[in-house]
Amino acid sequence: MTEHDDDHRHQAAPSDLALRVAALESLLVEKGLVDPAALDALVDTYEHKIGPRNGAKVVARAWIDPAYKTRLLLNATQAIAELGFGGMQGEHMVAVENTPTVHNLVVCTLCSCYPYTVLGLPPVWYKSAPYRSRAVIDPRGVLREFGLELPAQTEIRVWDSTAEIRYLVIPQRPPGTEHLSEEQLAGLVTRDAMIGVAFVQAPSSPKGT
Amino acid sequence: MNGIHDMGGMHGLGPIQPEPSEPVFHEHWEARVFALQRAMGAWRRWNIDASRYQRELIPAPEYLRMSYYEKWLAGLEQLLVTRGLVSSTELASGRAALGATKSSPPLTADKVPLLVAQGSPSDRPVQTRPRYEVGQQVRARNINPLGHTRLPRYARAKQGVIDRIHGAFVFPDTNALFQGENPQHLYSVRFTARELWGEITTQDAVYIDLWESYLE
Repeated sequence: MTEHDDDHRHQAAPSDLALRVAALESLLVEKGLVDPAALDALVDTYEHKIGPRNGAKVVARAWIDPAYKTRLLLNATQAIAELGFGGMQGEHMVAVENTPTVHNLVVCTLCSCYPYTVLGLPPVWYKSAPYRSRAVIDPRGVLREFGLELPAQTEIRVWDSTAEIRYLVIPQRPPGTEHLSEEQLAGLVTRDAMIGVAFVQAPSSPKGT
Repeated sequence: MNGIHDMGGMHGLGPIQPEPSEPVFHEHWEARVFALQRAMGAWRRWNIDASRYQRELIPAPEYLRMSYYEKWLAGLEQLLVTRGLVSSTELASGRAALGATKSSPPLTADKVPLLVAQGSPSDRPVQTRPRYEVGQQVRARNINPLGHTRLPRYARAKQGVIDRIHGAFVFPDTNALFQGENPQHLYSVRFTARELWGEITTQDAVYIDLWESYLE
């Protein structure tokens, strides 16, 4: 497993790529084409400020506030902006809701389009050839690999992000969470559930994990 | 182009391998490539469609071998040269040409929050009304352009139903080639799994965002 992981992430010797990128950055700085402090700020933004916690807040709000959910399903870009999230790779959002009869799954078969504003940057598996190729032709097989077995009568809707529309899945609220606060609910919502490859689990103990 | 990037429906590309507690970037250089791509985009010498097309031009065996950010790096290097921001000699040596004038970067650190918060919307006003309405049956055209397109191969010549109308958006096929934004109405089209893949007994469906000229 580890060997294969290395294989698909670091095919060329990392040092070669590191040197090539360092040389490129130094050239672009020397020519006055980039500001290294702007690069640091961009990296910091996506490492520390924008990530799936944003999307989790949107989902939790939708679970507790039916009027918000209606707005979210009608105009996701605006509803997400109400919570202060928006911008790069989230300019045009659509939210799709999982129900007992419909399960949604998001992919980008042509590249790796992903809603940065609510989920941050995509994980490697989402950008990988196996996921991009099979999500549309064999969503049930893909979900099985993530440990999800869906009944045949559940309709699976796969959203192929071929344009600048970005999709957010609103997962089903797990049973037994009626007593939880909005913040506690947000704590249950995972990135994978908002892509559509996981269910949200109720906390197994009162404290949760 | 009918490139390797157009992967929807392929088999044989291996198992999906999620990584628990995956970091945002695995290597320092990946973070720098991500940031360089965004910062150089601020020069507006190219657009998002041109960036995608540049990566599609990576030869298929290389495309499959490269990691995600390696593809970004390769695409960025090519665009820097073809769009005249860096010469190939400079790229090879890593040093600015003697006597080269020093520019002033459009994206400085103080402007990053605004860039991130605003993004770059790609919807555009158009005078025409959408040709199709929700619920209408359409067929994706059977086109095989050598240039850039966002009509995936697996949907071509397939029948679907208009599920929603998104508004008018920049048309990637011309924008990628610097031939103008030519905005068109964009639709979410629902294709049943049975229509796309044949022997399917479930009610599953794939929704694809398609521009008006992709449809008939």
